[in-house]
Amino acid sequence: MSTRIDPEISPDAGLAAADQAVLEIEDVDIVYRTSGGPLHTVRDVSLRIARGESYGLVGESGSGKTTLARGAVRFLPSNGSVTKGRVRLSGTDLLGASQNEMRKLWGARIGMVHQDPSAAVNPAMRVGNQLDEMGRTHLGMSKAQARVKSLEMLNRVGMPDPEAVVERYAHQLSGGMLQRVLIASALTTDPELLIMDEPTTALDVTTEAVILDLVQELLGSVRHAVLFITHNLGVVARVCDTVGVMYAGEVVEEGPVKTVFKQPLHPYTVGLLGAVPRLTAGKADLELVAIPGFIPRPDALPPGCIFAPRCPMVIDECRAARPQLVDVGPGQRSSCIRWVDVPEEAERPRPVRDTSGESFSGYGRELLEVRDLKKYFKGRGAGKGRSAAVKAVDGISARVTEGFTLGIVGESGCGKTTFIRCVSGLEEPTAGEVLLQGNKLAPSVTDRPYDALKKIQMVFQNPDVSLNPQRTVGDIIARPVQQLGAVPKAEVPQRVAELLQAVHLPQAYAARLPQELSGGEKQRVAIARAFAAEPALVICDEPISSLDVSVQASLLNLLAELQRSAGTSYVFVSHDLAAVRHISDWIAVVYLGRLWEVGPTARIFEPPLHPYTEALLSAIPIADPEIERERVRLTGSVPSAVNIPSGCRFHTRCPRKIGDICEREEPPWRDGKKDHSICCHIPLAELAASQRHALDGMYGSADAVGSAAPAPADTGVGDAEGSSTGSDTGAEVGPDTGAEAGSGRGGS
Amino acid sequence: MLRYLLRRLGLIILTVLAASLIIFAITQFLPGDVARLIVGQFATEQAVENVRVELGLDKPIHIQYLNWLGGFVTGDWGQSLTSRVPVRPLVFDRLWNSSWLAFLALLFYVPLGIFLGVLAALRRDKPSDSVITAFGMTFAGIPEFVTGLVLISVFAFGFKWLPANSSIAPGATFWEALPQLILPAITVSLVSLGYITRMTRASTVKVMDADYTRAAYLKGLPRYQVLLKHVLRNSLLPTVTVIFMGIGWLIGGLIVTEQVFGYPGLGRLIVGAVQKQDLPLIQASSMVVVTVFAISNLIADLLYVVLNPRIRLQ
Ligand code: SF4
Ligand code: SF4
Repeated sequence: MSTRIDPEISPDAGLAAADQAVLEIEDVDIVYRTSGGPLHTVRDVSLRIARGESYGLVGESGSGKTTLARGAVRFLPSNGSVTKGRVRLSGTDLLGASQNEMRKLWGARIGMVHQDPSAAVNPAMRVGNQLDEMGRTHLGMSKAQARVKSLEMLNRVGMPDPEAVVERYAHQLSGGMLQRVLIASALTTDPELLIMDEPTTALDVTTEAVILDLVQELLGSVRHAVLFITHNLGVVARVCDTVGVMYAGEVVEEGPVKTVFKQPLHPYTVGLLGAVPRLTAGKADLELVAIPGFIPRPDALPPGCIFAPRCPMVIDECRAARPQLVDVGPGQRSSCIRWVDVPEEAERPRPVRDTSGESFSGYGRELLEVRDLKKYFKGRGAGKGRSAAVKAVDGISARVTEGFTLGIVGESGCGKTTFIRCVSGLEEPTAGEVLLQGNKLAPSVTDRPYDALKKIQMVFQNPDVSLNPQRTVGDIIARPVQQLGAVPKAEVPQRVAELLQAVHLPQAYAARLPQELSGGEKQRVAIARAFAAEPALVICDEPISSLDVSVQASLLNLLAELQRSAGTSYVFVSHDLAAVRHISDWIAVVYLGRLWEVGPTARIFEPPLHPYTEALLSAIPIADPEIERERVRLTGSVPSAVNIPSGCRFHTRCPRKIGDICEREEPPWRDGKKDHSICCHIPLAELAASQRHALDGMYGSADAVGSAAPAPADTGVGDAEGSSTGSDTGAEVGPDTGAEAGSGRGGS
Repeated sequence: MLRYLLRRLGLIILTVLAASLIIFAITQFLPGDVARLIVGQFATEQAVENVRVELGLDKPIHIQYLNWLGGFVTGDWGQSLTSRVPVRPLVFDRLWNSSWLAFLALLFYVPLGIFLGVLAALRRDKPSDSVITAFGMTFAGIPEFVTGLVLISVFAFGFKWLPANSSIAPGATFWEALPQLILPAITVSLVSLGYITRMTRASTVKVMDADYTRAAYLKGLPRYQVLLKHVLRNSLLPTVTVIFMGIGWLIGGLIVTEQVFGYPGLGRLIVGAVQKQDLPLIQASSMVVVTVFAISNLIADLLYVVLNPRIRLQ
């Protein structure tokens, strides 16, 4: 505590000492004073980041990871404080420093990159002026010098056209560009410590991939110590050397990324890894590991091991005393007293059945058909005066059979949400038809017959918005039971109880209000409500996107289970390819209002892939550090649906574009093996051939945890079509069209 | 952006037109016959009729409206019925007086309101914040005639620092008139002061919590720089708009305040005109009020556009 702060001290002087540890956190406790009493949000956390090391701090929401980082750099809200421990930055004591001294460290020796780039850039100031502030404040530069430096930094982060960018305001730049600006800003002073707090969470998966590439590249060349905070294990696997897993305010496991991902020695880490859906297996193959329960609040911690109430391996001794982090391997530490048994006993994804071959077997009767649906919105003043139409959905057809899941994937702004809103009647389509069991449905939900309303239900992304906060859970579920389920009044409570049980919520919850529930529980209530009317089709709009990983897994399992027992069909919309992969039988890939690839799930994940699908797949960070994948990256963001590119709509970003033809002509649909179709100018055989090696590492087939996942079924890598005939239209066309469930095509 | 401005301008002209229609309609329903008022109780029917024709009151009502509106636009505002002088110089003279009062008030409450609002936001949830907020709420809730009377009894009758009556002598210079202006200026200010303080506090608090403000702190910028460059630039944006929108309120406040202090402004003119049923005067001065109101709204819009790059650059 005696080290005097001297901001002038050169970083290297500090580095020379103390084994090059840049950030040392020792036994830190962080407490928030709240009206309900003090909250010990972070307890006894120690970690150390060396120069050149990139430390990934992972945890679900409420784990205290952001609080820890903020506490370490003394940037807590006024009711929070570090009550115990020590924090040193290259030997400089941070906790003893005054506010003024800290201010000289922020920016100069500690760089920060924040979560939501569009919120972290001042909307009323030109980007360049904001960048210049770094040079002017910390490097003593003049205005002109600072500008030169800013431009240099923008160049370094690969910003296209920096001279133009500095003159722009935040709203004129995309999220990915803004994140580059913030990274450039943080690196201007060449800080010893770089803290990145969920830097890619607010971005689309394709943009995330590009930013992660950049981070990786910069980390390779720079000597910073990096603290990388994220909830995404895949991201850690990609950019970090060391990982610390936080749970309810404590670090429960820590170690080199390669070791921890291969051999996790704490049941929570095992659970987190097992909860992530694979790109190699679906619901028919695997049941994900759902960690039951949720993170305890810091004022209601269980005695002994904080993970005990959710731990599948718990024994009596666990509850006796709080376990300490102990060394369990080279560089690896775990706070589980039974760490020796973890590899044997901890829960891993279970195979549902031993499938070898097609996971999807046959189609039921047809339930829903959508024919050439279009939805144009009036232009909102964009463009040059004329009210150009925003073509959100521009001709999508789809079919869903009974007991079947159609997954729809695409980046934000691709039209997937508008499509399902049209199907459900919340939005009136501009053109096209929706048929339910062969009967044409009215475009607007208000004109649809009761029976149709009952049969199509929706689950939305945010349960906070969709559940009435003033009604009890029981009432929320009872309403559709009464209104749509035609259940006699006396039997309603019985039915509500059944539904609660079906979604695995205790009966006592019927009397609670939504605000008393956790996010995952609320979404269960929303699912119970959707199932109350015994629907034939449930449309799920990003139903798990706002939830934590362990909760996502339990909801995916729940949806799969309900489908098995009730035979319900789903239309499942998400930007998360792995989740869609897990739950869907059939997948449709959407971009700019059209479909580009459709087919049975397994087919979507093998070559030939549409170039867009390929890029989406390649962008997903996979929770396995061993995997080196071929990178297919998209530049820029989705073009506006007002000025849709000519020819192939994807040509402005397509990494495989073959020339003028892509810009001039709309590509044809090409039928591949088993109902698989792709819309591209490149013949399927060629696509498959060029993608074949890329595939080897594409998914991380080696499951870090357990070996339950069967190998990708029947990897018919270009063996059936194309290679033999070389013709444009693949060899095999799907079975008879009657069974061509879910297939859809862009109409025009 | 030009299109946006033209649209706003068009909208404002429409507003003024609509207001003129309403003003004209209301004055039609006022009791009393203008012609009779002019010629007096005892004039002959013929004399009344002559005046009627002279004023165009025999024409259909829409023609009368158009004539009146045309006159107003071209500067022919007619004669005051009671004092027999042209309306236009009279109204402008009083408008000038009122403007001085309004200007002094603005000079007082705008900087003070912004200062207090920002101060309260910086000291959020501390005692000084609570005090400022409480005062703001109280001021915004007390009507002008109450504040006016309280101020008069304290500062004029109690301390005898300032005069209670503000009926300024004709030809007085600004400096001579200033002591008489202070109390009314404070009176009209208080409501707006409370309002601006609250608005500024709210928007500043919001901006201080914004991610970009946190980011600015964590860049290690000095506190004053974060405050001036990052916080105020964003938080005063809505305040500027509110100030100009608030000019409408200010006029309302002026009417009452001028009455309380006997200040010869536009408000007092209107009240007097209504009491005496002086139609041309009522119509003209109401139109002036409406126009001032519309122009300040237009300025509010303009400033919002100019200061906000998100709109400016579209
Ligand atoms: S100490 Fe016990 S309860 Fe805690 S993680 Fe290990 S086995 Fe589970
Ligand atoms: S048609 Fe051309 S631009 Fe479109 S996806 Fe195929 S290769 Fe790419």
